[in-house]
Amino acid sequence: MQRLAAGLCGVVFGAGLAISGMTNPAKVLAFLDVFGSWDPTLAFVMGAALAVSALGYALARGRTRPWLADAFAIPTRRDLDVQLIGGAALFGVGWGLVGLCPGPALANLSRGSGEIAVFASAMMAGVVLHRVAVGRKT
Amino acid sequence: MTDTEFTPIAGLIGGALIGLASAGLLLADGKIAGISGVLGRSFFPASGDLGWRLAFLVGLPVGAWLATRATADALGFAITDDVRLLIAGGFLVGIGTQIGSGCTSGHGVCGMARGSKRSILATLTFMVTGAVTVFAMRHLLGFA
Repeated sequence: MQRLAAGLCGVVFGAGLAISGMTNPAKVLAFLDVFGSWDPTLAFVMGAALAVSALGYALARGRTRPWLADAFAIPTRRDLDVQLIGGAALFGVGWGLVGLCPGPALANLSRGSGEIAVFASAMMAGVVLHRVAVGRKT
Repeated sequence: MTDTEFTPIAGLIGGALIGLASAGLLLADGKIAGISGVLGRSFFPASGDLGWRLAFLVGLPVGAWLATRATADALGFAITDDVRLLIAGGFLVGIGTQIGSGCTSGHGVCGMARGSKRSILATLTFMVTGAVTVFAMRHLLGFA
C-alpha cells in the first residue's frame, strides 16, 4: 500500500510538473532570466505548490503517524552549514546552465529525448559519486 | 532558445498538483517529496526503504506522459543541444543537490512549506546562482 500511494503521488507530481510547464527547460530559464524576457510562471507554480503542501503539513502536525506507515520521516536538522549553501549554489549553476532540476529531468524521460538522456545520466553520475564519497552513511 | 509565454493559470494548476502530491506522500507514507532525496537514497538504500522510492520515481515520467495526452500545456519542450552544457549541468545538479540536501522540490516546496530555515536559505541560494548563471550565459557570454 505504501508503494502504491508513493507511485500515485509520483504520477500526480509528474503530471503537475508537465502541466505547469516546468518540464520545459526554456520556461525555467526564462524565469531565471530576470534581465531578459522574464517569464514569472515558475513563481506561480511554486506559490501554489507551497500553499497546498503547507496545508498537508498542517494536517500532518495534528497526527502521531501517517495513514500507511509507522512514523513520519521529516528532516530535523536546523544548522546552516557550508554544505547546505555550497551544494545549493552548485545546484543553481547546473540549473541555470540547462533549465532542469531533478524532478523535471526524470519526468522528461517520457519524451524520449537524447538531450534528456545525456543530462539525466550526468545527473545520476553526480548523485552516485556523492553517495559513494560520503560512505553511504545517510 | 525561444522566449516563452507567461502561463499563470496552467502554472497554478500544475503547482497545486505538485503540492497535492507532496501533501499526499507526507500524509500517506510520512515521506518528504524531495526528488533529489528520494533519488539519492535509492542508491545504497536502508533495508525496506527502496520500494516506495522507485514507485514514486517511476511515477514521474508516467504522470508527465499522461499530462501530455491530456493538455497542450504539457507539450512545450525546448532544450539546449550543447552536449557540454548538458553534461556539466546534469553533473552539477546531481552532486549539488546531494551536497546541499535538496532541490527545488525538497527545499523549495516541502522544506519551505514547513518553514525550515535551512530550506529557505538553500532556495534563495540556488535561485540566485541560477539567475546569475543565466545572466552570465545569455548576456555576457552570448549563449542563446
